Amino acid sequence: MTPAEIREEIIDILEDISPDEDLDSLDDSQAFRDQLELDSMDFLDIVMELRKRHRVQIPEEEYGNLASMSSTVTYLEPKMKDIVKT
Amino acid sequence: MIAPNRASELPDEQRIVITGIGLTAPNGNDWQSFRNALLEKRSGVKPYEVRYFGSTLAGVCDFDTTRYQKKKEVRRGTRAGSVGVYTANEAIKHSGIDWQNTDKSRVGIYVGVTEHGNVETENEIYVIKGFDYDTSCWSHHHNPRTVANNPAGEIALNMGITGPHYTIGAACAAGNAGIIQGAQMLRLGECDLAIAGGTSESIHTFGIFASFNSQNALARHDDPTQASRPFDVDRNGIVVAEGGCLYVLERLSDAKARGAEIIGELVGYAMNTDATDFVLPNPERQAECVKMALDRAGLEADQIDIVSTHATGTSSGDSQECRALRTVFGECKNPRINNTKSYIGHAMGAAGALELAGNLSAFGDRVVHPTINVDQLDPDCEIPGLVLNEPQELKRVDYVLNNSFGMLGINSVVIIGRV
Repeated sequence: MTPAEIREEIIDILEDISPDEDLDSLDDSQAFRDQLELDSMDFLDIVMELRKRHRVQIPEEEYGNLASMSSTVTYLEPKMKDIVKT
Repeated sequence: MIAPNRASELPDEQRIVITGIGLTAPNGNDWQSFRNALLEKRSGVKPYEVRYFGSTLAGVCDFDTTRYQKKKEVRRGTRAGSVGVYTANEAIKHSGIDWQNTDKSRVGIYVGVTEHGNVETENEIYVIKGFDYDTSCWSHHHNPRTVANNPAGEIALNMGITGPHYTIGAACAAGNAGIIQGAQMLRLGECDLAIAGGTSESIHTFGIFASFNSQNALARHDDPTQASRPFDVDRNGIVVAEGGCLYVLERLSDAKARGAEIIGELVGYAMNTDATDFVLPNPERQAECVKMALDRAGLEADQIDIVSTHATGTSSGDSQECRALRTVFGECKNPRINNTKSYIGHAMGAAGALELAGNLSAFGDRVVHPTINVDQLDPDCEIPGLVLNEPQELKRVDYVLNNSFGMLGINSVVIIGRV
């Protein structure tokens, strides 16, 4: 997956987790928590969905990389570069 | 023997009244539309598909889940939670109470449930099956969804209620048990307003269908609307339904002080136990439960105007309840006897509360809705006063007695009086 495809995938996951939110205006450089109503259980949903959809494992000590869209995509790029978007 | 607790002899601070009703049933999403469906003999039973089990019949609700919840709350919670949130908000709205200025720390939530957690556990097992049973794919939402207090706790979260909340596990006697618990807590001063009744999400677990089927107790019929047929000679089992019905209960003194419209008063109740079988009911204990409720209300059996039966459409369950009723009401001239499951199926934890609500409207319209689908009355179910297939108008309706019984021999009866 390219960084753009990874971003698209995260948006897709966020649409499931936060169906009431408008994600079109998401600022990639700002923390998710500053823009969306996300709590720790929601972040675990992101981790869980990446595991279920792509078998990507994210160790607990690396959760901090999921703070914003930019940091998430940067963090996931090496883990998802060989995954083909379907 | 507990001393009779005659409502009329109690001070207003100990008398418990109903001031609001919120409900969703397979044939109505508010008290009035539910009543209309019963008077129009409109069933809510439909063809239904459930995972693994396949095609069956069920009572399915179509209330607006996002009227009081965000989509995210619906996703995160349970169906029972959504049923509870909808019915609790509707009940409070119906009560006319100034909710914004109500002290939420003095509100208690008491929700009867037949079971809780089966739906969510089945869902997770289904999910991890797709991952070769890798438990790391088991949702972190599973525990908050399956804790036994979930259906009540979601109401508390949604409405900002900080008083006590919990569920009352009471099999299919749970709807009455929730009401009784709410009344007891008001009398004890544990809360000033109780949201009480029962909910069910049971149609979303295949297990309940499969288990009733294995017990030869799941209803089948070419016409879904005729599948639930208590008292009929051709009845062949239960139609499982979902639903919920929560009441706003208050002390009479508080209701009077705020000028509330009073729907009815809890004048008597009783709960007891068969202690004889896992499944088969015991008509002697059921009759004792009815008599205890009458005794506590200070009423004679012949003063009851409507007996709302529990009968579920099983061969032995219906005839056993009728045996119990014959013991208590066999010599009476006044009581009319009906059954609401014939319209909606068996709403499990919500059944008792919903069936009561369907009959409370009779305080106003004086009409007894009939048991439908009785083409040929089973002689084992003959009791004087059965209202079958056509509504019956009475001169007055002062007392409704509501039966609700469940597995492991749990029996509950409430009697509501017109105020």
